[in-house]
Amino acid sequence: MSVRAIDSPTSSALAGRIGLERTLTLVARLREVGILLVLLVVVAIVSIQAPLFFSVSNFEQILLNVSLIAVVAVGQTTVVLTRNVDLSVGSVVGLVAFVTGDLLKEHTLDVPGAIAVGCLLGVGLGAFNGLIIAVARVPAIVATLGTLYVYRGLDFLVAGGKQVSAIDLPRGYLGIASSSVLGVPTLIVAAALIALVAAYLLRNSGVGRELYAIGSNPAAAEVIGIPTQRLIFGAFVVCGLCAGIAGVLWGSRFGSVNALAASGLELQVIAAVVVGGVNIFGGSGTVVGAVLGAILLATIENALRILHLSEFWLLAIDGAVILLAVATDAAIRGYFQRILMRTGRR
Amino acid sequence: MTGMAILALSACGGSSGGGGGGGTTTLNIAFLPKAVNNPYFDVAASGGQEAATALSGQFKQVGPSEATGAAQIPFIQTLTQQKVSAIVVSADDPDAIAPALKQAMQKGIKVVGYDSSPAKDARNVFINQAETKAIGQIQVQMVCDEIPGCAGDIAVLSATSTATNQNAWIQAMKDELASNSKYSALKLVKVAYGNDDPQTSTTEAQALLTSYPNLKGIISPTTVGISAAAQVLKQTGKAGKVQLTGLGTPNLMRAFVKDGTCKEFALWNVKDLGYLAYYTAALLVQGKIKGNPGEKFTAGRLGDYTIDSNGVVLLGPPFVFKADNIDQLNF
Amino acid sequence: MRPWAIALLRRWESLLVLAFVAFVVLGSSLSPYFVSGSNFSDLTSNLMEKAIMALPLALIIIAGEIDLSVESMLGLSSALLGFTYALGWPLWLDVPLVLAVGGAGGLLNGLLVTRAGLPSLVVTLGTLALYRGLASVVLGPRSISGWPEWFTNFGFGDIPGTLIPWPLLVFAALAVAFVFVLHRTWIGRQIYAIGKNKEAARYAGINVARVKTYLFVLSGVLSALAGVILTARFSSARADNGQGFVLDTVTSVLLGGVNIFGGEGTIVGVVLAIFVIGVLRNGLTLADVSPDTQSVAVGALLILSVAGPTLVRRISAARPRRQLTNPVSNS
Repeated sequence: MSVRAIDSPTSSALAGRIGLERTLTLVARLREVGILLVLLVVVAIVSIQAPLFFSVSNFEQILLNVSLIAVVAVGQTTVVLTRNVDLSVGSVVGLVAFVTGDLLKEHTLDVPGAIAVGCLLGVGLGAFNGLIIAVARVPAIVATLGTLYVYRGLDFLVAGGKQVSAIDLPRGYLGIASSSVLGVPTLIVAAALIALVAAYLLRNSGVGRELYAIGSNPAAAEVIGIPTQRLIFGAFVVCGLCAGIAGVLWGSRFGSVNALAASGLELQVIAAVVVGGVNIFGGSGTVVGAVLGAILLATIENALRILHLSEFWLLAIDGAVILLAVATDAAIRGYFQRILMRTGRR
Repeated sequence: MTGMAILALSACGGSSGGGGGGGTTTLNIAFLPKAVNNPYFDVAASGGQEAATALSGQFKQVGPSEATGAAQIPFIQTLTQQKVSAIVVSADDPDAIAPALKQAMQKGIKVVGYDSSPAKDARNVFINQAETKAIGQIQVQMVCDEIPGCAGDIAVLSATSTATNQNAWIQAMKDELASNSKYSALKLVKVAYGNDDPQTSTTEAQALLTSYPNLKGIISPTTVGISAAAQVLKQTGKAGKVQLTGLGTPNLMRAFVKDGTCKEFALWNVKDLGYLAYYTAALLVQGKIKGNPGEKFTAGRLGDYTIDSNGVVLLGPPFVFKADNIDQLNF
Repeated sequence: MRPWAIALLRRWESLLVLAFVAFVVLGSSLSPYFVSGSNFSDLTSNLMEKAIMALPLALIIIAGEIDLSVESMLGLSSALLGFTYALGWPLWLDVPLVLAVGGAGGLLNGLLVTRAGLPSLVVTLGTLALYRGLASVVLGPRSISGWPEWFTNFGFGDIPGTLIPWPLLVFAALAVAFVFVLHRTWIGRQIYAIGKNKEAARYAGINVARVKTYLFVLSGVLSALAGVILTARFSSARADNGQGFVLDTVTSVLLGGVNIFGGEGTIVGVVLAIFVIGVLRNGLTLADVSPDTQSVAVGALLILSVAGPTLVRRISAARPRRQLTNPVSNS
């Protein structure tokens, strides 16, 4: 892994960069508003076509479907901001989900204990990714493609062909997914809290701003004294923790867990992050955007079902939405960059 | 370092492997389900294991983790290389695996189908759990019995969209709905596919409830689907309002039958299916039967069977599980 | 050691040859059935579709991009071939049509990357879903069989009198052509130049956008060809054919020594890596290690292959006496 172009960190270049960064933040915020608008348009059109779409219980359903993906997307955003990617999230969720379920099935631990072990396991797996990337300097896409295999393989080894079914799990655990806080399902509340905390920290903490700096220009970040590799390691640990949290909740949400749980989840998560306006090359985007991206994708899928569209069209439309979203994003970004360059010359 | 890891792995994966093989009377029989990690096939495997112990033969189960495409082909080839004495297979795609199975048969390996038959010329015998028509009929019958007035919208939650036996059963249900005037008020509004994956099955079951608010019943002819649907009905408080039936294993469904989420469902004795499949394969290997139509044989504790004109052995009629009898069977 | 010997040993390809030999030894110690002509024939034929897709993918990665949509294009090609064949169209018409659709899909990828300036990782993630989705739109839950015998024999059979599967012939021809084009022509030099430094390549007068677009088109066409071969080998066209192939394909390219950031890599390395993974997986399968457990070994191999050289380089760079000519790649 090396640096493509080393910018000379002269003061004028830095000033220009800061100006650009501000504009890009503005664009990112506009982007969130944009997704919200698209979301509202989708909701409006579908509600007219099929009134039963517009109901509290249906929206609750959509958000429930999003909640676990959203938590993973929060972690993924943290990593993508630093110009990295974590392809192993699906395998981490699966491995944690199975281990947690198995601990509960065998009554090795009580519910809080199993949840704690599951989250710690997520942290450990994330830290292993971080070590390979930050210490052994393996490009993130290669390292996490490798651990995608390794973690899933471990999942199969641990599971040994067995499943954990709903009837094996304690009521207290299954109750998490069906319980609610002030009328809102617990999973939705938990996901929202995690997203808000992460959004606040990324925006307002020093470390958060440093993560953005690493993503927009790794070499410059290094020059101004940001501990780049340490922070990248940290981002992967956070990503592992988020995947771990989603993993411990998996069994509660879906009732049964086998060694295949959450396989392919990485693609859904990356799609949500990208649709949410997070730049895949790092440096710009927000957690709120990523969560909105996940909600938009889930809403479209739900709408297609409610409109009784054939099963077989769903995936194709999913793909088209991803392409459309990034193309629009690029167009908007390009437009603002041109404006910026024009104002800069004046 | 990698080498050590691999050796460690192979040690972990070590079921009864090759062991030299060779003598004609050694029973080295392998089960190849559509996918491992499926409770249904695990139960069938336990029956196969039981028969293996009874006949002092060897048993192993290998297979892909996901039932996609022709993922079974490399396994058939590997088993052929390992010179097992018989392959007992549930075909995910009957035509796709036919060439590989024929190659195995040419090398003297006996092929027995169970659960889902390979193409007719690519197997010696097929152990059919129950007739397709009967499986379709009984599920429509059950959903009709449970829905008040036997009228309203119903949906099917299947496995993968390409699963041949699932599709045949669904077709049988459609035929029964269309031809029997008793069911004229039942309307099949949707066939959804949960891919035999708990997550997808859950999402699909929820989507059925939201997008068809007048839904009165769900038929799920697959173990993973029916238990996921039961869990969803219970979580969303729709239990009792939407009737659930289909094919499931008693152990996974026991709690749901007792709390009334699912009042009745059907299944053949899956363990016996595995037992009969192993037993038949063993008799073929030992040359005691040839697999010809009309041949009769005795399969251990299960008694007498006859191979019919299509090379099919029928296990027996499906069994209906209700609250009063579900404790009688344990699998 | 003599300098040329050191140079040879330092080449990635030499290490891959060593790994290949090591895994053959490992395989034969794990299973008595490993070393046999028919086993090598089987393991080769199972690799061919991934191998064919790996060739253009290697060029795309060398040029600094990536194509994740290959497996879905394979699925779409299989579905479309089945669809048109089921309409009664002759194969001589279906196959070129399917290849053309593959080219069109590749063109869409290429244009979105080069003209719209979108990251290829994201574009091909989108078309990974889009093309698989279109495959299921085209064919739905059906699986098409009943192919002419010469066609299925081409996919499944060997060249008469040998143990060489027909698809290997196709792959070998393609591989030779790729070696020639990449390492002996100006086209190859352009591809490396683009991957090393896009801007410099542009200043040197290379039409970066056009070269990249052509590479994506090539990838689409060859993925479609892989779809045709897979359909012939499985004698079954299904929308889910080839699902999950992309990870193995990308892994073989990277293990083959192609730099994920572009500018480095050889076709010989990629071909060797394909067989290294194939032999490793086959040996473990014969030892009854499940494919998902094998993934631990494949994943570890991938990580070590990149981490190993980097760590060695960093450790030797940390030593006080620095070599004057240390070819640290700076791509």
